[in-house]
Amino acid sequence: MTDSLSYAKQKRMLIILFLLVPIALLAMFALYPALYLVYLSFMSWDGFSPEKTWAGVGNYKEVFENKEIWAAFLHNLVYLGWGLFQNALGLFFALLLNSQLKGRNAYRVMLFMPYIMNGVAVAYMFNYVFNSEYGSFNTLLRSVGLDSLAISWFGSPHAVNHVLGFITLWKFMGLNMVIYLAALQSVPSEIIEAARMDGASRLQTSLRVVLPNITKVIELNLFLTIIGTLEIFDLPFILTGGGPLGASETFLTKTIDTAFKFNNFGMASAMSVTLIVAVIVVLSIQRFATRRWSD
Amino acid sequence: MVGLTGAKFSPFSVVKHAILWIAVAMILFPPSILVLNAFKSKTEFSQTSVFKLPASFLNFDNFGTVMTRAHLDRAYLNTLTIIVVAVIGNVLLGTMVAYILGRFDFKLKKTVMGAYIAVSFVPTITTQVATFTVVHNLHLYNTIWASIVLHLGTSVLQLFIYLQFLHNIPRELDEAAMMEGASLFRIYRTIIFPLLTPATATIVIIKTIDIYNDMFIPYLYMPAQKLAVVSTSLMNFSSERSTEWELMSAAILMIMVPIVVIYLFFQRYVFAGIVNGAVK
Repeated sequence: MTDSLSYAKQKRMLIILFLLVPIALLAMFALYPALYLVYLSFMSWDGFSPEKTWAGVGNYKEVFENKEIWAAFLHNLVYLGWGLFQNALGLFFALLLNSQLKGRNAYRVMLFMPYIMNGVAVAYMFNYVFNSEYGSFNTLLRSVGLDSLAISWFGSPHAVNHVLGFITLWKFMGLNMVIYLAALQSVPSEIIEAARMDGASRLQTSLRVVLPNITKVIELNLFLTIIGTLEIFDLPFILTGGGPLGASETFLTKTIDTAFKFNNFGMASAMSVTLIVAVIVVLSIQRFATRRWSD
Repeated sequence: MVGLTGAKFSPFSVVKHAILWIAVAMILFPPSILVLNAFKSKTEFSQTSVFKLPASFLNFDNFGTVMTRAHLDRAYLNTLTIIVVAVIGNVLLGTMVAYILGRFDFKLKKTVMGAYIAVSFVPTITTQVATFTVVHNLHLYNTIWASIVLHLGTSVLQLFIYLQFLHNIPRELDEAAMMEGASLFRIYRTIIFPLLTPATATIVIIKTIDIYNDMFIPYLYMPAQKLAVVSTSLMNFSSERSTEWELMSAAILMIMVPIVVIYLFFQRYVFAGIVNGAVK
C-alpha cells in the first residue's frame, strides 16, 4: 500500500515510525533518569516522602568534604593499580599470540573465557579460592609449607582490595588482550618485515614499529580500564558487602548504600554526578594528551 | 618473521608455550576446584582435601539437590523467556534505528546519534533511583517485563556494529529496488534486514551473554522468588547455605557452564562483536 506514496512522504513516515519506540525507550530509561539524577543532586530527599527540599550545592560540598567517601575512592585506586597491570599483561599476551604459534586460537579462547562467565558465579567461585580455612589457595600454600602466608584474605583490611583487584584482573585481562590482538593484526605485515630485514631485533620491532602503530587502541584500553576502575561495584557488593569495617567500600558501593540504605537520595545523586563528571574529565584529558603527543 | 617464529623447535616458542600454559592453568584453577568438589557427598567432602578427586564423577546427587532447592529449573525458564523476548525485540529495534540513521538524512539525525553516545557515558547503576520510578509508574515492578523492557533498548555498541555493516551494503541495491517501485519499508524488510544477518548473529550472542549474566536489574526490579533468574537464584541459594560447599560448587557450575558452552560454540561471533564494537 505504501508503494504508491511518494518517497519523500514515505521517508518522513518511516523515520517517525521506526524511531518512535527506540527513542521512547532511550528517553524513559536513559535520558530522563540522567537528567533526574542531576535535578536530585541539588535536592534533599529521603526517597519516599512527597517533599523534596532545595539543597543547592550542599550535597556536592558534602561529597568533597566527607572523609569516608574519599577513603572509599582510595580503594578504587588499588583497582587502578591492578587494572594497569592487567593492561600490560593483556598487551603482553596479545604480542605472544600475534606470532605464528601452534594452537594460538585455543589459547585466545581460553584466556578470554573468564570475561563471558557469570559475574555472580565468578564471585562465589573465588569465595572458595580465598576462604581462610578451607579455601583452595590457602590449602595450596599450606601444602607447600607456606603456612604463614595463609591469611584470611577477605578478612584483612590490607589484603581485601588487592584480592578483589586480582579477581578483576582474572576476569578482564582477556578483554584487553582480544582488543590488543585485533589491533596488532591490523598492523600491515610489510612494515614489520621491512624492519626485520633492516636488522631490527624482535624486541626492537615490537617497541619501535608495532607499538607506535597501535597507540589509539592502547588509549582505548586504558580508558576502558580507568572507567572500569571508577565503576567497580558488583565484586565487593557480592563478596564482602564493603567489609571488613568498610575496608573494601568503593565509590559506587558507597553511592548505592547512601541511596538505598541511608535513604539520602540527594547526596547519592550528587555522588553519581561527580562520578560521571570524573569519567568525562578522564576522557578529555586522555584525548588532549594523545592529541598533543601525536602532533 | 614467519620463517623465524614458525620454526618448530625454536627454544623461543617453548618459552612462549610455557608462559601461556601457566596463564591457562591460572584461569582453569578456580573452576577445576569446583568440578572436583561438586561430585562429592557431604561426608566425602568433609573428610578429603579439596584437591582430591571425587570417588565417582557419576555422583550427580548435588546437582539434583541444587536444582530443586534453588529452583534452578524455574530460574532457567525465566532467564530464557527474558532472553528470547528481549533479544528479538532488541534486534528489530536495533536494525530499524540503524536503517534510519544509516540511510536517511534528516534534521535531528545528529541529535539522535549524540543522545545514544551521551547516555553511554552514564553508568546505569548510578541512575537507578530515577529508573526505579519509571519502572514503578509503568507498573512493571516485580514483573518479568521489567527486565525485558530494560534490555530492549539499543546500545551505542550495537548501533556502531549495525551502522558499520550497513555502510558496506551498497546503496545501489536500495536504488534498484526503488526503480522497481518497492516501498522503503519493503527495502528494509527484504534487503537491509536479511543482509544485516552477520551483524545480527553477533548481537544475538553478545546480548544473550549480557542478559544471562545480568544480576543488577533482576535483583532490583524483580525481587519476587518466582521471578528469580539464574544470577539472583544463586545469590538466594548462597545466603541460605553458604557453608555447604559441595552443594554451592554444583550450583556455581550449573550457572556457569551454559554460557561457557554457548561461548565455545559461537566464539567467532563473540570476538567479532568485541572487536567491531571496540576497535572501530
